[in-house]
Amino acid sequence: MSQPALINRYRWYELVAIYVGIFVFLAFILAPFVEGFIVSLKPLSLLFSSPYKFWPENASFAAYFTMWESVPGFARYIFNSFFISTIVTAIVLILVIPAAYAFARFKFRGSGLLLGAFLAVNMFSGAVLLIPLFRLMRSFGVLNTYLAMIMPGVAFLIPSAIWLLRTYMMRIPRELDEAAFVDGASHFYTLRRVILPIAMPGITVVAITTFIGAYAQQFIYALTFNSKTEFMPLPVGLFAYFGRQEVIWNELMAASFVGIAPAVVVIFLLQRYLVSGLTAGAVKQ
Amino acid sequence: MSVQRSTIIFAWILLLPAVLYVTVIVAYPLVDTFILSFTDASLKKTTNWVGWVNYDKIFNETFAEVIFRTFVWTFFSVSIKMIIGVFGATMLNAAVPGRALFRLLTMPPWIVPMAIGIFMWGWMYNGQFGMISGVLQNWGIIEGPIAFLARGSTAFWATIVTDVWIGVPLVTLYMLAAMQAIPQDLYEAAWTDGAGRFYRFRRITLPLLVPSLITMSMLSLIATFNSFDIIWILTQGGPNGETTTMIIDTYRTAIGSKKYGEGAARAVLICIFLSIFCFAYFRVTSRLSAGEQK
Repeated sequence: MSQPALINRYRWYELVAIYVGIFVFLAFILAPFVEGFIVSLKPLSLLFSSPYKFWPENASFAAYFTMWESVPGFARYIFNSFFISTIVTAIVLILVIPAAYAFARFKFRGSGLLLGAFLAVNMFSGAVLLIPLFRLMRSFGVLNTYLAMIMPGVAFLIPSAIWLLRTYMMRIPRELDEAAFVDGASHFYTLRRVILPIAMPGITVVAITTFIGAYAQQFIYALTFNSKTEFMPLPVGLFAYFGRQEVIWNELMAASFVGIAPAVVVIFLLQRYLVSGLTAGAVKQ
Repeated sequence: MSVQRSTIIFAWILLLPAVLYVTVIVAYPLVDTFILSFTDASLKKTTNWVGWVNYDKIFNETFAEVIFRTFVWTFFSVSIKMIIGVFGATMLNAAVPGRALFRLLTMPPWIVPMAIGIFMWGWMYNGQFGMISGVLQNWGIIEGPIAFLARGSTAFWATIVTDVWIGVPLVTLYMLAAMQAIPQDLYEAAWTDGAGRFYRFRRITLPLLVPSLITMSMLSLIATFNSFDIIWILTQGGPNGETTTMIIDTYRTAIGSKKYGEGAARAVLICIFLSIFCFAYFRVTSRLSAGEQK
């Protein structure tokens, strides 16, 4: 062990306290997933029985197969979620990369105010602006299409994307731009050939967080601006398991886990970027 | 054309697409909300200017209750998020084996589609078959099943707990990052002087966390005040309106009853409250940073 680790040496009771603390904390975070997973393994008849039993008897993965038959459109919902999130992410990046560069590099009258205005967009998330947004989507003629869910989604993901990417770009040494500029490169050329390649890790982080945000938060617009089954994203599509008589809970949970799977894969593949990227923009202040 | 001038033009060209987009999708609807709130807009073809009528209608006893409830709900949700978040960050900041994995395990509630997490909580709250009521009964803490979402008082707290659950990962990771940004030499200096772990936490960590705590509380406050999905999926504002917050009330009025004008007036009130929060936040932070410079 290296020298400074001495300060971090714990006595046994401190270690026990820390692990107990972590256990309690993670138990709260993960309990619903554990319960949800167990529910997905129980046969429906056993599910509706008292007294409560935590461990399932005759557990099976049957619900993971029957769920596709009960709600035939389910694969479509997952596709829709992916499709909407991908387009949203692409549009956000196209809008945010130049804007973040402008905020990171150029000081002009009103730039601070404009940045503040962008961040203020976060204040009016979704539900408050629902009525005029509904009217706006109607006048664009995009109600009950993908666009009705994509367009508002983009707007509310722009602020944090700008903030994150701007922070990242401010860390790129200014000398690089100046050197390119002195060599006769145009502003646009500098952005495309000098800044973009260096900012790629930052852009990746923004792309990931935007995608996750888009994937996780598709509810209110999908609920309000779209009533066509074939365009529904996962969160709204899952309501299909709420039958007329009763909720098919085990299939609902199985379907939820199938729907979560892509997000979990993304987390595990990109965890390094995630933690550092999320917090990079945050702490600088 | 001077270099200075062309630079500024270039900056505006870069900003233009994003500015235009946000103007159309956010700024225009914001203005439209304000205008709508003075009309009797509904599904009818004609819309009339009605002045302050919508606002007059709002200010009755029920709505005062809704406002009060929203504030209590938000207050408890944000406070609990901050307490659990700082606790979690402190634990995850400890240099113990496995912490990388523990940090990763903190994220799911935030990364998973909100609706899915909420469905899971909905099942757990189920009185007859759900985990919470079941386990409490098995342990003999409660007699007979409690359907948490069917009673006003328990539904109120149940929605708060779910909101906390969804918000905690972000608070935790943010506070963790803030803790790691504290210079290590401070701890080492205090340690050399014989300061214990708790003393170092109280005298170094906590004071230096204050700016991050304020920022995170603020962001959390805005998100929580706007929290819609959780209450809508779990209770739709019921039972008997005991979980109806301002945002739920606005949605019901505007989208449910199609009274766009009245709904808009409620939305305007929400905007006013949010603006007051932001203003207060900037006052506090500017005073803080002014204090630091002295």
